[in-house]
Amino acid sequence: MTATHQNAPAERVTHALVRDVVLPGGAGTLALVTLDNGFDHTKPNTLGPQGMAELSAALEGLRERAAAGELAAVAVTGKPYFLAAGADLKGATAIETYDDALQLGRMGHQAYSVLGELREQTGVPTFAFVNGLALGGGLEVALNCDYRTVASDAAALGLPEVSIGLVPGWGGAYLVPRLIGIEKAIEVIFTRPMTQKPYKPAEALEIGLVDAQFEAADFLEQSIRWAAQVVTGEVEVPRRELDPQPVWDAVVAGVRKQLDATVGESRPAPGRALDLVAAARTASRAEAFAAEDVALADLIMSDEMRASVYAFNLVQGGKRPHGAPDPELARPVTRVGIVGAGLMAAQIAFLFAQRLQVPVVMRDLDQERVDKGLEFVRGTAEKLVSRGKLSPGAAARIVGAVSGTTDIQEFASCDFVIEAVTEVMGLKKKVFAELEGIISPEAVLATNTSALSITEMSADLRHPERVVGIHFFNPVAQMPLVEVIHAARTSPEALATAFGVTKKLRKTAVLAGDRPGFVVNRLLILVMGKVLEAIENGTPVEVADRALAPLGFPMPTFELTDLVGPAVADHVLTSLREDLGDRIPASPGLKKIVAEGTPIVLDRPAKGLPKPVDPAVQAQFGEALAPGATGRNGTPVLDGPGVLDEVLTATAQEIGLMLEEQVVAGPQQIDLCMILGAGWGFHTGGITPYLDRTGYSEKVLGRRLLEDGVANVPAT
Amino acid sequence: MTATSAPTPRRTARDVVFVDGVRTPFGKAKPDGQFAQTRADDLVVKLVRELLRRHPELPAERIGEVAVAATTQEGDQGLTLGRTVGVLAGLPQAVPGYAIDRMCAGAMTAVTATAGSIVMGAADITIAGGVEHMGHHPMGFNADVNPRFVAEKLVDPQALNMGVTAENLHDTFPQLTKERADAFAVNSQAKYAKALANGNIDPDLVPIAVRSAELGWGLATADELPRPETTMEGIADLKTPFRAGGRVTPATSSPLTDGATASILAGGDTAAELGLPVRMRLVSYAFAGVAPEIMGYGPVPATDKALAIAGLSVDDIGLFEINEAFAVQVLSFLDHYGIADDDPRVNEYGGAIAMGHPLASSGVRLMTQLARQFEQHPEVRYGITTMCVGLGQGGTVVWENPHHADYSGHTSEEN
Repeated sequence: MTATHQNAPAERVTHALVRDVVLPGGAGTLALVTLDNGFDHTKPNTLGPQGMAELSAALEGLRERAAAGELAAVAVTGKPYFLAAGADLKGATAIETYDDALQLGRMGHQAYSVLGELREQTGVPTFAFVNGLALGGGLEVALNCDYRTVASDAAALGLPEVSIGLVPGWGGAYLVPRLIGIEKAIEVIFTRPMTQKPYKPAEALEIGLVDAQFEAADFLEQSIRWAAQVVTGEVEVPRRELDPQPVWDAVVAGVRKQLDATVGESRPAPGRALDLVAAARTASRAEAFAAEDVALADLIMSDEMRASVYAFNLVQGGKRPHGAPDPELARPVTRVGIVGAGLMAAQIAFLFAQRLQVPVVMRDLDQERVDKGLEFVRGTAEKLVSRGKLSPGAAARIVGAVSGTTDIQEFASCDFVIEAVTEVMGLKKKVFAELEGIISPEAVLATNTSALSITEMSADLRHPERVVGIHFFNPVAQMPLVEVIHAARTSPEALATAFGVTKKLRKTAVLAGDRPGFVVNRLLILVMGKVLEAIENGTPVEVADRALAPLGFPMPTFELTDLVGPAVADHVLTSLREDLGDRIPASPGLKKIVAEGTPIVLDRPAKGLPKPVDPAVQAQFGEALAPGATGRNGTPVLDGPGVLDEVLTATAQEIGLMLEEQVVAGPQQIDLCMILGAGWGFHTGGITPYLDRTGYSEKVLGRRLLEDGVANVPAT
Repeated sequence: MTATSAPTPRRTARDVVFVDGVRTPFGKAKPDGQFAQTRADDLVVKLVRELLRRHPELPAERIGEVAVAATTQEGDQGLTLGRTVGVLAGLPQAVPGYAIDRMCAGAMTAVTATAGSIVMGAADITIAGGVEHMGHHPMGFNADVNPRFVAEKLVDPQALNMGVTAENLHDTFPQLTKERADAFAVNSQAKYAKALANGNIDPDLVPIAVRSAELGWGLATADELPRPETTMEGIADLKTPFRAGGRVTPATSSPLTDGATASILAGGDTAAELGLPVRMRLVSYAFAGVAPEIMGYGPVPATDKALAIAGLSVDDIGLFEINEAFAVQVLSFLDHYGIADDDPRVNEYGGAIAMGHPLASSGVRLMTQLARQFEQHPEVRYGITTMCVGLGQGGTVVWENPHHADYSGHTSEEN
């Protein structure tokens, strides 16, 4: 298959090294296969065509030796810290034809078939010694074996395929539900990937993905000893019966219902995976594997998969921010000041103390607020300790590092001060002016504003070049994104310091220009505003709320508004409209909701399902009108698809403007922001791949945003 | 201050017993040796873990000290081995540890020093062992030798080369001919081969997972260095690398080796309390210095001293485990005591000439083997482990066989 893609990137081949091992207790010879790409731990083993061909050849050789009676067992393990991180995604996204895509699935099944069939054919059992990270095709190597051990320090085990637009198609979809039962299989194949939580070794043991766990210090020795005991019959590994068909069907039906409500038509992978799992109970191995091949091929040739891999790579690459100045320019940060002690300020204080490990001082106007902020830090530390997420020592260090004051003079020795006071320009300017009289000329001033112009905020300072924006998202600890804002006069040193700090905070930083709403709020609130605009015109709230379902956003519009808080949403919407003009909609209904405290969503009908909009909220916007009728604004009332069309048109237009205004360097930064800051799906690639593949960028801007093939299946 | 203060508590000496010992298979200290890409500290860690697995009756928190020896204490043998090994092996944090260096007698010193702690009552149970990855740490590498040694003629500069000291022994004792040395070496290889075939080697070996970037993971299960095919004719004309026209050849020297050993010692009363097996009782030990130029003679004064302390004579000793740094050095010891070159009491399983000599680890290998021989020879009451030490020392430990009919016991009446 390699011959057909000249453009395919060079494969980092994972070799299959074979060595014979004498099993203890006279149990015979074990042929031990080590997967090793020859690089250090910074470059995980991945599985591409050449590597799989090598593995296939090595295992075929062992099949012959097993048949000749030379072997008592065959085992697979990996280079230090890795079994394998999965299929070579670079290679997979370079595939151009359906036949090649089909071949990718077959290649995996062919290589792994020896592991799955050897015992049946020759009586020689196969083992996987999962010594480290095993994801996707990497875990499927192990699943195809008869037995599995895991090292206590293995970084992660899981089948994340569904999250990147694929199915566990090298045996995972068939083998997992048969091995661990249908309910746990759903968790492995759907729930965990969607929440991006792979398994820890002990968890994998508990649900039966592996049969034994050994401590890292002598993992391989103990695994080999255990394998010998299995060979001699000293250890027996019980296998569960297949779940009864009715249980199987009921679980599948439940998941199907949930997928319909959450994923819908937005992407094909989850449904395809569920089809495979549904059939796994009765299908023969050959039938099931053939179905996996077809599913893989269909998905590899889908734009959703290509966009997902593009998104995955963006997130991976996000650790090296685009446009960040030379890190050498960063000023040392040895003491941090935080202006304000409110909820946002206290969250920021906690994070700085935890990650920067420097003293942090919070300042507010009265002692009561200061105490509340400190109480938040203490309470958070206690909560994390009680959940086992933080050691008591680390908690004590964090609590000890954060102090509070009402005296602004306490900032004198801070070399980095961030303000998180109320979003009022006059107030922020006053704070900065006051600070400038206290702090050293080299100290960096940061603002956590989400809506105000930083250039204006710093205009009256003697040293405006030291001011930089660092926009955190709420909740600060969980949200992975930070927008670093380059104001008109921000110096490279201040910018480098901001990037240095965000890196230490373990956030993904995206450089953005000082334009209203920066990236995430500008697009997220625009989308929300366009939905509200349709409702104002007469579209029923239920119709509008679900209108964006084809995009597969993490939640419907009203649930999002509820999460952000209607007041915040209204504030940002209003301020964006003031700054950007009438293309940002106004929503009197939203203002009423804020003013009257109207509830906008109902409770979830069931766990995992979205919160529906409260029909009663319709009253705040006026009565619902029939689609097509003339609306309150004089334009036709939109139906669901009409709302979606309006939203996508406006989004494409706004992105075109943002790129013109150079808010960010390119569409990739917008996508990264929307993925990490708004939770927009990998299958939309953030947003620009979706706009490209649905023709909106062509229609609205007259051009694609990303080059053909970057995040889609290219036109041949 | 009161007029009558309480009397200071006095300790009574307690017995120390050897509970168990293990070692790694020994490897060739070359880039193609089985441990070439394996860390030295990991070798000991795996031994400690195996000892604890073999003795579930031993609560890890009762271990009072972990002493690990290495001659070169840097790189993967640096950073206070006894402590790092304890942490890496997963021993409770409260278990302390330290590193030891007495060149080749490192592990032996780890045993005697921690035995002293047990006698003193400072510890009930100790782990003592050693490691030398000579492939990673060539002997004497990076040592900054004090120029006074040469300037003041304190030591002949050539005495720092162990092979030269072996040649010096041939000079000093002309009756120790090359032919006798060759014959001893051939016999050592043969005895090892026999011991291996009889199952006397493998039980003390702990298989070690070894990785090679080129070959993948494997498992070291056997010694790599023995040459069972060795004959008098085959080694007669080997080169003499330490002196032109000399007598010491690679065949009569222990090869450069990677390997580690570890053992468990306990107070006799603690062993009884916990039901730990008692494989040997420590009777006495001694270290003694000799001229560095003939360091191989060290076992003689050390043994004299240790026997004197024990109130025994060499005639009381039924089994000898003497480290074969060089054949001539063993012969000088045997000649001194009038023991025949091929006396069956000496190195029954062969010695370092066959297995290898990972410097600071070898002491515990001698003990582990003596313990097994005690089981097989209940008629023997006492045995010794002894070895020579670079820069002119010897060390000897005298042991009593608990399987002997007249065994003196290891719990005192008062306990």
